[in-house]
Amino acid sequence: MTIIDKTADVPAPRGSTENSGPLLDVRDLHVEFKTRDGVVKAVNGVNYSVSAGETLAVLGESGSGKSVTAQAIMGILDMPPGRIPQGEILFRGEDMLTMGYEERRKIRGQKIAMIFQDALSSLNPVLTVGYQLAEMFRVHQGLSKKDAKAKAIELMDRVRIPAAKERVNDYPHQFSGGMRQRIMIAMALALEPDLIIADEPTTALDVTVQAQVMDLLAELQREYNMGLILITHDLGVVADVADKIAVMYAGRIVETAPVHELYKRPAHPYTRGLLDSIPRLDQKGQELYAIKGLPPNLLKIPTGCAFNPRCPKAQDICRTDVPPLLSVTERDGGELPGRHSACHFWKEQIHG
Amino acid sequence: MGRYVARRLLQMIPVFLGSTLLVFLMMYALPGDPVRALAGEQAVDQAQIAQVKKDLGLDLPIWQQYWNYLSGLFQGDFGTQIATQRPVADVIADAFPITVRLALFAFAFTVIVGISMGVFAGLKADTLRDRGLLVLTLLLISVPSFVLGFLAQYFFAHELGWVEPNVSAVAASQELILPAVVLGSLSLAYVARLTRTSVAENLRSDYMRTAVAKGLPKRRIIGVHLMRNSMIPVVTFLGTDIGTLMGGAVVTEGIFNVQGVGYNVFQALKSREGSTVVGIVTLIVVVYLVSSLIVDLLYAVLDPRIRYA
Amino acid sequence: MPEALETPVKDATQPGSVPAAESKPEKARSLWSDAWHDLRRNPLFVISAILIVFLLTMAAFPGLFTSADPRHADLANHYLQKPKWGNFFAPDWFGYDVQGRSIYARVIYGARASIAVGVIVTVLVTIVGTVTGMLAGYFGGWIDTLLSRITDIFFGVPFILGAMVVLTSFEERHVYVVILALAFLGWTQIARVARGSVITIKQADYVMAAKALGASTTRILLRHILPNAMAPVIVVATIALGGYISAEATLSFLGIGLAEPTVSWGVDISSGQEQLRNAAFVLIIPSIMVSITVLAFIMLGDAVRNALDPKLR
Repeated sequence: MTIIDKTADVPAPRGSTENSGPLLDVRDLHVEFKTRDGVVKAVNGVNYSVSAGETLAVLGESGSGKSVTAQAIMGILDMPPGRIPQGEILFRGEDMLTMGYEERRKIRGQKIAMIFQDALSSLNPVLTVGYQLAEMFRVHQGLSKKDAKAKAIELMDRVRIPAAKERVNDYPHQFSGGMRQRIMIAMALALEPDLIIADEPTTALDVTVQAQVMDLLAELQREYNMGLILITHDLGVVADVADKIAVMYAGRIVETAPVHELYKRPAHPYTRGLLDSIPRLDQKGQELYAIKGLPPNLLKIPTGCAFNPRCPKAQDICRTDVPPLLSVTERDGGELPGRHSACHFWKEQIHG
Repeated sequence: MGRYVARRLLQMIPVFLGSTLLVFLMMYALPGDPVRALAGEQAVDQAQIAQVKKDLGLDLPIWQQYWNYLSGLFQGDFGTQIATQRPVADVIADAFPITVRLALFAFAFTVIVGISMGVFAGLKADTLRDRGLLVLTLLLISVPSFVLGFLAQYFFAHELGWVEPNVSAVAASQELILPAVVLGSLSLAYVARLTRTSVAENLRSDYMRTAVAKGLPKRRIIGVHLMRNSMIPVVTFLGTDIGTLMGGAVVTEGIFNVQGVGYNVFQALKSREGSTVVGIVTLIVVVYLVSSLIVDLLYAVLDPRIRYA
Repeated sequence: MPEALETPVKDATQPGSVPAAESKPEKARSLWSDAWHDLRRNPLFVISAILIVFLLTMAAFPGLFTSADPRHADLANHYLQKPKWGNFFAPDWFGYDVQGRSIYARVIYGARASIAVGVIVTVLVTIVGTVTGMLAGYFGGWIDTLLSRITDIFFGVPFILGAMVVLTSFEERHVYVVILALAFLGWTQIARVARGSVITIKQADYVMAAKALGASTTRILLRHILPNAMAPVIVVATIALGGYISAEATLSFLGIGLAEPTVSWGVDISSGQEQLRNAAFVLIIPSIMVSITVLAFIMLGDAVRNALDPKLR
């Protein structure tokens, strides 16, 4: 209960002095899965933090561990086969991994909410969207069925679903993909949480709808001053909304940077590769760049830097020593706040 | 919905006619002679046999016999037993309620125990209790029900003396409990396994993850989100189950001497009483058809994705 | 018990466990090779396969297991003589029945009829059911309507009851009569499964591609649809096989299946019921054989299904 009381006085405005610590702080998180073929090391020491009003984009290919990290934060990992052998997930300074089930449950939905990639499979197919939205108010706030439904309609209006009143009793399959994702967003927003984790919220949508949904999400985030973790593999989506970026590879963070810095000067060959593989109008007619090779097998992560078999600049040291995530500085040693890289040759990468 | 029901009812007509014709043909077109069976081992005058056959309309071509039977059926006339001269309708009126009660008891047993067992195991798939249930259901499926019936009778009636080995002619409800458990045990195993699989599968679905992420209490996650979805395949199975139970009652009623339709159909088969056999099988077919229609409609209630055109 | 029945650890590639699914196994696995990989490690499969091989050997070469004659009645010495549990594989191991015949010898020789019924009925219903279901599912339209209605008609007739009706018409019920009666009524389940499976596969891209390339209907049906539609059919057929053995025993028990002088477990169970009070073993021993055989095939079907459909695990 103490935790709930402490967290009740939010949201704190961005940069507020009383709440100077980050909203969420993930420290040295490890996640592994026992499978038939061996232990899959999905997350291997991830550190990141998000403050109120801030948007962190977590970037990576599938298998990089970005979704698993989010699921660990949310407490929705399948355990077993999943296991968290090491690490802390601090929410307002309290480690959620050591909390009891009830304590944690009260954070879920109320303080931290999640938006999933595939709204069709993530919404219960046999319950009306109104019921699924109203459920949030009924369970967490003890509202009556009727009041909760009124709130649900309000929410649907809020995420701009046309004719909310008429559609509140419809089932998920009766909505279009974009509308369904709006319902997911509405559900996450219902109790005005402090932090929203959006796991590839627009991947399953048409390009035109993607922008609408992303804009809506960004707008609501500003309005409620929420922290947002945006998990994606789409660099295009990131540029418009994120404040800072963490790039993940084989379960580790390989680079962090404020969003525009990263685009200008990547400090890791993997990031460079990702940026180069974005199709650009001025390169029309040329062959599109692609990072060679395949994503690593998490059962047998390469020794040294996990990226070394695919890296164009790999040296001997890359095959033996794991590069730590180090602060990146200007050529003259000047500080670059928020910039880190896990590459032995970050200097060459960023300045060379 | 109304139009769907109407269409389904229309579709039932050819299936009903086909099934009765099939039974009728099997009964009358294949070798075997009711009049001769009536006479038993005695030597009978061929002319006498021919006369009886003629009186009963058994000398007519099979199609005509079927037509006569069917037109009688629509006037509520199921025919008359040759040996006892009792109207088949009376025999059915006596026997049918007993079998319906037996089947309903068995059904209730199947539903309540089977679903509980399935949920219990499915929530903890691949654990000791899940394995235990798997073994139990495998045993129930592989031991033929007449063996199970004999064992139950031997144990509870002869050894423990808790019940009478034979059910009396009135077939009081408490007498039917043991036969119902035996009759329902096979379906029970299927229901338990189906529920278990369905629960275990839905447990891994994305919307269950959402339900957890919404911070719902465990009871609500399981009671509302999991159960509604998991019950859909189980209900489908149960739809055909009542018909199966009534058909399977032949064996159980034989062992416990329950004088329901199964018992009567068995007696009628031995004496080649065609109208009794066809009448009873027809009724079971109707029960089967109606219950599968009800289930299809229930399906729509449970699963809004199903749309009836 | 828990150890013996432990199934393989969850599949890394299974849908649903999202995180693990992100790791791709190095070598590509086909459905069948993956299934085989699973099966070999599944004790359920190993036990049932050994049992089935054993039972098939018994059915094919009963002379290997006993030198006694199952039809040799010796009333004078052996009327209902109790089993001698210590005399392994001897004629008096399981005692003697009412007519003084060795129950052990009868159990060994009875395997042939029971297993023949099970296997042949399964083969027949699989052929009839697959063809019907495939035609209905692939061509659709009036062919589907007609075949589906016919399937419904046969499905509507209760299985055991229908078989009873057919079998009472025959004075002499040889093994082949019982086989035909069961197959006549039993094919509907496979037909429904095959139809559903074919309808799904029909829409698959590789079938569309084959059509676009101008493959003939026969070729599409035999080369593309059939092999891919077989997985669920095989599973259902394996489980049904156990059911047919059980059905044969049930019918024989009711006195309308196989009859003397055919040696079968069902016949022995039927004759054993009169002696239930004073010599339960006469009924129980063949019952156990039926149960074990049915169990073996159902376990096999179960194991195959789990291997072919990882979703069910």
